[in-house]
Amino acid sequence: MAIIVDEKTKVCVQGITGNQGRFHTRQMMEYGTRVVAGVSPGKGGQDLDGVPVYETVEEAVDKRGASASIIFVPAPFAKDAVFEAIDAGIQVVVAISEHIPVHDAMDMMAFAAQHNATIVGPNTFGIISPGKCKIGIMPNKIYAPGPVGIIARSGTLSYELAYNLTNAELGQTTVVGLGGDRVVGLDFVDCLRQMERDPETKAIVLVGEIGGTAEEEAAEFVKGMKKPVVAYLAGKSAPPGKRMGHAGAIIERGRGTFESKVQALSRAGVPVAELPSEVPGLVRKALAKKR
Amino acid sequence: MKLYEYMAKDILAKAGIPIPKGRLVSSGQQAADACRELGPVAIKVQVLAGGRGKAGGIRFADTPEQAAAEATDLLGREIGGHRVERLLCEQKLSIEQEIYVGVAVDGAARAPVLIASMQGGVNIEEVPEKNIVRRSIGVTWGLFPYTAREVTRRMGLDPKLANRVVDIMLRLYRVFRERDAELVEINPLVVLTDGSIVAADARCNVDDDAMYRHRDLLQVVEGSELERKVKELGLSYVELDGDIAVMANGAGITMATLDIIQRYGGRPANFLDAGGGASVEPTAQALDILLATNPKAVLINIFGGITRCDDVARAIVQVKESRGLTAPLVIRLTGTNEKEGVAILEAEGIAAFSSMEDAAARVVALAGGAVS
Repeated sequence: MAIIVDEKTKVCVQGITGNQGRFHTRQMMEYGTRVVAGVSPGKGGQDLDGVPVYETVEEAVDKRGASASIIFVPAPFAKDAVFEAIDAGIQVVVAISEHIPVHDAMDMMAFAAQHNATIVGPNTFGIISPGKCKIGIMPNKIYAPGPVGIIARSGTLSYELAYNLTNAELGQTTVVGLGGDRVVGLDFVDCLRQMERDPETKAIVLVGEIGGTAEEEAAEFVKGMKKPVVAYLAGKSAPPGKRMGHAGAIIERGRGTFESKVQALSRAGVPVAELPSEVPGLVRKALAKKR
Repeated sequence: MKLYEYMAKDILAKAGIPIPKGRLVSSGQQAADACRELGPVAIKVQVLAGGRGKAGGIRFADTPEQAAAEATDLLGREIGGHRVERLLCEQKLSIEQEIYVGVAVDGAARAPVLIASMQGGVNIEEVPEKNIVRRSIGVTWGLFPYTAREVTRRMGLDPKLANRVVDIMLRLYRVFRERDAELVEINPLVVLTDGSIVAADARCNVDDDAMYRHRDLLQVVEGSELERKVKELGLSYVELDGDIAVMANGAGITMATLDIIQRYGGRPANFLDAGGGASVEPTAQALDILLATNPKAVLINIFGGITRCDDVARAIVQVKESRGLTAPLVIRLTGTNEKEGVAILEAEGIAAFSSMEDAAARVVALAGGAVS
């Protein structure tokens, strides 16, 4: 098992004819993802690597039964694309696009909540259930199936940790990128709740960073969980008031500090690794203790 | 993008929120004219730094001569690290009461939040939580008058003032939405001795990602010259005060790289996120800029996903040939086309690490070892 996406997920690619869309569609198909349709307004009727391109998402759902969508369209058009997917009945929307205005993101989240749809991102690398389905832009080779769930706010840092785990023969059930923006859909708590229920996930790694209160809320939820959770946090050395790349990664008004997150997680019994290379060891220890 | 006070107030005024009469000036003469027109004035520096009052950035003048003298004294000064180029001269207010009203993006709730307090005039961070009223607002329907009324009731606001404050809250929310703001704040919103209410100070931060739909706004440039230059390349850059220059691909991993350098006793000179999928040219330009800051050493940390290690290696060789590597360079390459990348560097006599921690330890040693 895995959470959110698996071998049955049928994926539609919005913005499939752009550079990014085209490249990553190929990568996803190589990984084994069931990409059933593409959408590109004005370019319907084409065929890209065997994937039929449609004018609208509704058409992709009607004709090909798409259940998830990945969005590569430029930020100014992303809100329309996300609404379109949700309106067409898509359950999981993965918004890769960067620089989506935060007010558009708030509108998207309200619409998704009304329709019980899940938005992963925006500004995410996507979601992967190794060996089953990859909906995103992460490298194909760094994951392996196994018992660890990873939930991350940042892309490359999560690649680093997944790669370390894979090399230590600790594969993954599902790896989720929450996205680097201030307002994102799926959050730590949603994923933790689902991973707690997933019989194949035995331990969970949180990859957090400074800014916001997502890690503190996660820590609160972990207190009621049975499965072990391990964390790594970035941004210990970041000075207050400087935004470190991600829209969320800023210590503002005294909130979102590294110390507050470490404290909250430690209180919830979550060991926080000081170096990325310590994570596999902590996971192994957590798994051994459980038995 | 943060707006100057005068810009924020201009937006509020257009939305029908009362503001004090004022003039934007940039010379002593203009300040004197403003005082002649408005009577006794407050003269406020227009800088983006907070706490300008404490830093001496707000003066008062009763006569045009005084106004000219104060303005001349303020112009050109540094307040909170910013050079004063413009002043806002405003009619001096006789204040009875100061309150706080703001609307901000609440990331945790994925929705706007209305924030209000009877303790205005001070930094809202310093107000005890029990004296702050917050209400989440659903974007689908927006802020209703009844919600704003409940907020004024919880604040303990005099019912005689409530209707007007509710009206200002509704207008403020509209500004927040229409202007793609991350934050709009009136602090303080003041009740004057004659019973009228005006926005005495205002802040408005517009979402950078939405600037394309607000072309009418004057661009406010922030950050050092170097920060701006790197941003023009489409990279994310923040200056820090250390001596080890850093470049990595991805915001999270760049932060982690800085953390590890600091943990090993080194001091990072910057945050530079080269992003995912950077090709040869932008990577070379970024490295060029880092070397130009004269760091003691440079660390490049690449986990190749979409970014290809051989592209990064080629960029390094290009910089070596064009300007020379003027500081010791430590490179970590892992992932896509790692072997090709390492081979390109080895042919040039440059070694690459495969672990980011080993690379960080090395760069700290090269920069003169752990700082005590």
